[in-house]
Amino acid sequence: MSDNLVLEAKSVSKFFGTITALQNVDLHLNKGEVLGVVGDNGAGKSTLMKVLSGLYKPSEGSLFFDKEKVTLNSPRDSQNLGLEMVYQDLALAGNLPIGDNIFLGREPTRKVGPFNFLDHKKRKQLTEEHLAKLKINVKSADQKVEELSGGQRQAVAIARATAFNAKIVLMDEPTAALAVKEVGKVLDLILNLKKLGVSVIVISHRMDDIFTVCDRVMALFQGTNFAESELKNTSRDEVIGWIMGKKD
Amino acid sequence: MDHGEKRLMDKNQESLFVRLIPFFERYGILLLILIMIAVLHLLQPDVFLSWRNVTNIFKQVSWQSMLALGVFMVIVTAGIDLSVGSIIMLSLMGLAIASKAGMPWYVVMLVAPAIGFLCGMFNGIGITLLRMPHPFIMTLGTLYIFRGIGNLISGGVPITGFAEQIRVIGNGKIKLDVFFGEGAREYIPTSLILMIVIFFIFWVFLNHTRIGKWIYAIGGNPGAARAAGINVDRILIVVYTLCGFLAGIGGLILAGRTNSAYPNAGLQSELDAIAAVIIGGASFFGGRGTVLGVFAGVMIMGILRNGLNLMNVSVFWQQVLIGSIIILAVYIDVLRRQLATRT
Repeated sequence: MSDNLVLEAKSVSKFFGTITALQNVDLHLNKGEVLGVVGDNGAGKSTLMKVLSGLYKPSEGSLFFDKEKVTLNSPRDSQNLGLEMVYQDLALAGNLPIGDNIFLGREPTRKVGPFNFLDHKKRKQLTEEHLAKLKINVKSADQKVEELSGGQRQAVAIARATAFNAKIVLMDEPTAALAVKEVGKVLDLILNLKKLGVSVIVISHRMDDIFTVCDRVMALFQGTNFAESELKNTSRDEVIGWIMGKKD
Repeated sequence: MDHGEKRLMDKNQESLFVRLIPFFERYGILLLILIMIAVLHLLQPDVFLSWRNVTNIFKQVSWQSMLALGVFMVIVTAGIDLSVGSIIMLSLMGLAIASKAGMPWYVVMLVAPAIGFLCGMFNGIGITLLRMPHPFIMTLGTLYIFRGIGNLISGGVPITGFAEQIRVIGNGKIKLDVFFGEGAREYIPTSLILMIVIFFIFWVFLNHTRIGKWIYAIGGNPGAARAAGINVDRILIVVYTLCGFLAGIGGLILAGRTNSAYPNAGLQSELDAIAAVIIGGASFFGGRGTVLGVFAGVMIMGILRNGLNLMNVSVFWQQVLIGSIIILAVYIDVLRRQLATRT
């Protein structure tokens, strides 16, 4: 298993003043693996994700990307290492078309004399290819994001995160705001990423999500590692127990 | 005549209709202008479409359109700039003083845009670095400050008489003798050419460059822009600086047109600029609007004022009408949105 290790956190702690958000937390992630992270509100899930993406610096402990020890100073650093975060509030501009959102800040351009102009054709083509690769169905790449359903927006956010060959994608509650019929599509998309060899960490409260897409699940309780298991060796009731801090 | 063929026909008709909707969304406002022109032509057949009157309209809107274009970019970022009317006055005064000091015309010509540039940059820096809670407050402050400075440096009295090279920009005529014969009275105002060139440059900037795309993105969701690694503060400073710069160009055009700098120059013209932008279909909440729409908004205001003047309608009624049109234009937009989201 350790041959495939893409991301590892070793005894990571994070303190905010006198508050201990994380205490000696370990985490590892293999290539093409989907890891579920569960825990009650305040268990430290989001803090751990922010440490992994470089938004927070760990107070103690170290991070390893592809078995190399790294120090992340900003989310830019983790992006350069192939880690992308899908934010809970999606971070999309509703007034812009799908393609513009996917390539926002990294627009393809072409040079005309001394000037760089947007390459609208290339952006459209890259967008259509990428959406097709992820099997995301929308009417057109030129559709504005505000015209999309919640599930489609989540899909665009994931497409944005993976447009530049991300190896690791972190998702914070990807199905929390979705209608029931759309949850399945987003879960399919996560399984699709797995097939493409992308490693995914999913934070979720929903046992259905965890038991549909994850290979392994780990539970945090009050900022510490509480329990962890391959999915096939555990049950919904057991995982729900972990969230509430109960272990047999 | 089988079913397949019939279905294909239906589909074609539907897609034609669907294709027409964005066409009306985009060009409906131009249709409105054509209707206004037609009505005014019927009411004033000898005067309204005369060469003299049409060029008059363009000369009038040319300096106002610079303010509207700048304010438009600011509004796209979900901001507001109330100070453009004062910037135009301050840059006009600076130009006049440079002119009176005997500086060569090419220096004088640069003074107005340079002052506008600096004023806009001051706004932008105040809004971003000083963390003003809303651009309204910063630019409300500079609305007073810039006009105050303009009056301080000029002593509050008009300054008249500029070099011919300055006057050409706002008042120049490109003769059309080639088309109409020697000594013809038909001409194209220089300021119209300048306006078209500047609008084209800013259309390219907003639609075909990355910074232009980011300006729209910031208006749509500043959080998304930040998450995409865009330096939002820097883009905002660029936008307010360009807005001031355009107001400075407006000052240059106005200098040529009136041949004088006067304390009341540009008074309340920031409100006209905002009105033109809103009539042109831009959203006050940011992220929405087109350069063509701004042009149309400016033209609607200009044609309306001109038409009402020709028909001897009192200025007071003009105020009532323009206010009503702002409300009506936005209400039509609200209705359109409701229709669009109902299906």
